[in-house]
Amino acid sequence: MEKYSFPKILYHALRGHKHWQPAWRSPLPKKSYDVVVIGGGGHGLATAYYLAKKHGVTNVAVLERGWIGGGNSGRNTQVTRSNYFYPESAAFFEHSLKLYESMSRDLNINVMFSQRGVLNLAHSDHDMEMLARWTNAIQLNGIDSEILTPQQIKEMEPLIDINARFPVAGGFIQRRGGISRHDAVNWGYARAADALGVDIIQNCTVTGFNISHGTVTGVQTSLGDISGEKVHITVAGHTSVLAKMAGFRLPLTSMALQAMVSEPIKPVLNLVTVSGAIHMYVSQSDRGEIVLGAGADVYNSYAQRGSYDNVESCVAAFLTLYPRFSRLKLMRQWAGIVDISPDTSPIMGRTPVQNLYINCGWGTGGYKAIPASGDTMADTIVNDRPHALIKPFSLERFESGALVDESAAAGVAH
Amino acid sequence: MFRISCPFCGERDENEFVCGGQAHIARPEPAEQVSERDWAEYLFFRDNPKGLHFERWQHRYGCRQWFNIVRHTVSHEILAVYRLDEAPPDVDREEAV
Repeated sequence: MEKYSFPKILYHALRGHKHWQPAWRSPLPKKSYDVVVIGGGGHGLATAYYLAKKHGVTNVAVLERGWIGGGNSGRNTQVTRSNYFYPESAAFFEHSLKLYESMSRDLNINVMFSQRGVLNLAHSDHDMEMLARWTNAIQLNGIDSEILTPQQIKEMEPLIDINARFPVAGGFIQRRGGISRHDAVNWGYARAADALGVDIIQNCTVTGFNISHGTVTGVQTSLGDISGEKVHITVAGHTSVLAKMAGFRLPLTSMALQAMVSEPIKPVLNLVTVSGAIHMYVSQSDRGEIVLGAGADVYNSYAQRGSYDNVESCVAAFLTLYPRFSRLKLMRQWAGIVDISPDTSPIMGRTPVQNLYINCGWGTGGYKAIPASGDTMADTIVNDRPHALIKPFSLERFESGALVDESAAAGVAH
Repeated sequence: MFRISCPFCGERDENEFVCGGQAHIARPEPAEQVSERDWAEYLFFRDNPKGLHFERWQHRYGCRQWFNIVRHTVSHEILAVYRLDEAPPDVDREEAV
């Protein structure tokens, strides 16, 4: 792996940037692997990376139907936070946030993690009481969280109209939350995994599983059969489709979740701001675009496009809080297919098929989980038992009833 | 964005309706003999197909009636709309997946 550094940039700049190595190889698939990871999104790549890095399992393939960064890992809004209500969620997402904090160094790529703070707004006294309860829970989980008055919010984010149609009654902030650059996260994990010997195979569609006596032995793909001692499904919205190929169902619903960006402008927004009540969240990317998102289109969909009425309601909510942006043009709008579980918490671990593992149900908030998800799933796959942090998120919880009903995960923040 | 023909009100915009998820899920009986596994299936596990989906909708901002539709989850094309007391239409469930 060619190490990225300032002298390296200088060296290549003087040679016209014509001699950079590709960030990862594009090998043909081998006949067999120790672990086959289906899905080359952030979660799949991170799993492959930690398998190689922490467990020495380097005979790993990552199979991606499209291209790296072309699915949900390039369609999210880049927010990372750990302000969850339940201890199970808090422990997991705090682990993830800490891995984000050291990611640029670990992967030798600048993921531009900017801990600018994630602000949740309240618009009534009742809202404020709920946020206070939420804040208390976060603090009891040992995570930073702070209640703010409308005046403090106005000082931190001057463009918010705190006397809007739904006036700002207050809010809370997690200062360590923020945004990073999703492409760099994907590329970083792909490049680091590749350097450790992982084969990243793009344009390779999985069409079936080879299962004998209840144990998976490999996958059928558009590039032929590939056998794998262990197989891991981490394909977000398409998890139910792959589970059906393997002969089981999951408690998932796939929906289209939208986001959109404006034309780029000078830096004007300081925070990631979320309003559950008026249903929108917003931040400004380092390129200057205002990044907006709202809820999913709430019906089953595998179409990577969203409804226009959802765009309208998201923009309308945004403009009630930030009337100053009314003349800003939207530049792009898109949707990703998210898999939503009944309790809005992820489903991770073993499946009814031996040696076949899943990592799904991230719904509207998978981006922030990428490093911890990869770390804990790699451990789970190697040891064939759930990592301590993901034990509460097993598929069995739907039978036992021990749901982790995390409404914070289902809120509009991503 | 699509339009749905409510069996009672006629064609209206999608956002007048809410989706109630997969249709034709039978509640297992009798309750005291249903295993945890079967309850989980009934309550939480869904087909979630990429293709034709038989689903319940309610005309929430219209007549408030519930009814069923058959819709393709990629093209969003609606192949049939039928009342709750009608049998599901005979369509090829695996079509165009």
